[in-house]
Amino acid sequence: MTNYSVEAVGLNKSFGRRLIFNDLQFKFDKAGVYGISGPNGSGKSTLVRIIAGIIGASKGKIIHKLNDKEILEEQLHNHIGFVSPYLVLYEEFSAFENFKLFAEIRGVKFNQERVDYLLNKFLLFKRKDDLLKTYSSGMKQRVKFIFALMHSPQLLILDEPTSNLDDEGKGSVYELVKEEGQNSIVLIASNEKHDLENCSDIVYLGKYKN
Amino acid sequence: MNSKSYSLFLKDFKSELRTRYAINALAMFIIVAISVILFSVGQEKISKNLSGGLFWVVIFFTAMSGLSRAFVSEEERGTALTLQLIAAPSTVFSGKLIFNIILVFAMNTVIAILYSAMFEAFIIKNFLLFLVSFVLGNIGLAVSSTIIAAIIAKAGAKGTLYPVLSFPILLPLILTSVQLTLFAIDGTSFERAKFELAIVVSYDVIMLTASYMLFDFIWKE
Repeated sequence: MTNYSVEAVGLNKSFGRRLIFNDLQFKFDKAGVYGISGPNGSGKSTLVRIIAGIIGASKGKIIHKLNDKEILEEQLHNHIGFVSPYLVLYEEFSAFENFKLFAEIRGVKFNQERVDYLLNKFLLFKRKDDLLKTYSSGMKQRVKFIFALMHSPQLLILDEPTSNLDDEGKGSVYELVKEEGQNSIVLIASNEKHDLENCSDIVYLGKYKN
Repeated sequence: MNSKSYSLFLKDFKSELRTRYAINALAMFIIVAISVILFSVGQEKISKNLSGGLFWVVIFFTAMSGLSRAFVSEEERGTALTLQLIAAPSTVFSGKLIFNIILVFAMNTVIAILYSAMFEAFIIKNFLLFLVSFVLGNIGLAVSSTIIAAIIAKAGAKGTLYPVLSFPILLPLILTSVQLTLFAIDGTSFERAKFELAIVVSYDVIMLTASYMLFDFIWKE
C-alpha cells in the first residue's frame, strides 16, 4: 500500500485563447491503476505533464503528498516515474550508462540489483552495454520503462504506454501495470481500450471543456 | 553547486567527447576568425588598441558559435524532458554553467595563446591585471551565454536569436573587458583599473543572481 496521494484542485490549462480543460478535480490516494482518457487534443499529455511538474497550470494546482506532507517541487522528480512516446534518452550512451547517469544526477544510490532485475524483465540484459542509438523503437520504449521504474517511484505516469510495442511487449506492460498498481499509484493516459482495462477510476477529459 | 550538478556536468562532458557538438564548432571558428584577421591585416602594423579590441571580438563571436549548445542540443535531441524528470532546475543550471565555464576557459586560453603568437602588438605588460580581467570576463561570458542559451533553446530561429539577444546583454562586459585588456597592454596599475574591475565583478554577480532567479521560469514551460 502507498502513503502517496496526488490531487488536482480546480485545474485549468489554456494555450493562448485555446482552453484545454477547465476546473478539473480529482484525487488518487490509494495504490492502484487510474486512467486519463479523452478524444485527441483533449489534453491528456498536457495533464500528465502538469502532474509530473514539467509544465505549469494556468489556474489551480496539483498537490503531491507523501505521509500527508506536501512534496516540494524541487524534490518531485524523485517520486515520479514517467513514460511517454516523446521522452528521449541519451542515444550516445548505452542503456546501462544512461541508468547510472540518471541515478547520479538524481542524487540517489545506483541500485544495480533493481536495474538488472528490470533489464531482465524487459529482455534487454544482453544489450545493456550497446549504445541506445542502435536500439529499435520498441527496445527504446522498453528502456523508458526501466528509466521510469529504476528509482521505485510512488507515482508512475504512463502516457500512451503501448505505442511502438508488439503484442508481447504490450503484454509485459499490462503485467507490469498490475504489479506496480499493488504498491503505488499508476496513472495511464491513453485512448486504447486495452490500456485502460485495469483502471479502477478514469478521468474523462471531454467533460472539462467549459 | 553540489554533486548532482557535477554529475550533470560529467554527463555533458562525456556526451561532448562522443558527439563533438560544441568543440568542433568552437575550434573551427577560432582558426577561421584568427586566420581572417591575419590575412586582412597583412603586412600592416596594427595598434595596441586595435589588437585588444580584436581579441575580444574573436572571443565574442567564438562564444556565439558554440556556447548555446548546452541547452540547444538538449532541445534539438528531445532530451530536455528527460532532464526535467531527473533534476531540479537549479541542478540543471549549475551543471550547464560548470560545463560552459570550462568550455569558455579552454576556448579563450587557446585564443589568447594563438593571438599572442600571431600579433606582435599584443604584448601584455601587466600580466596579473590581464589574468584577473580574463578570469572575470570569462565567468561573465559563461554565465550570460548559459542563461541566454536556455532562453533561446525553446525558440524557433535559435541561430539568429542567440547573437542578437547576447549582444546587448554582453556589451557592458565586452566593453569593460576591452578596456581592462588595453590597461594590461599599457602596463597600467591595478589601482587605476579599480573602477573597471568593479564593473566586471558587479556584472558577474548580477548576472549570476538574476540567472538563478530566472531559470525556474525559463525551464518550466
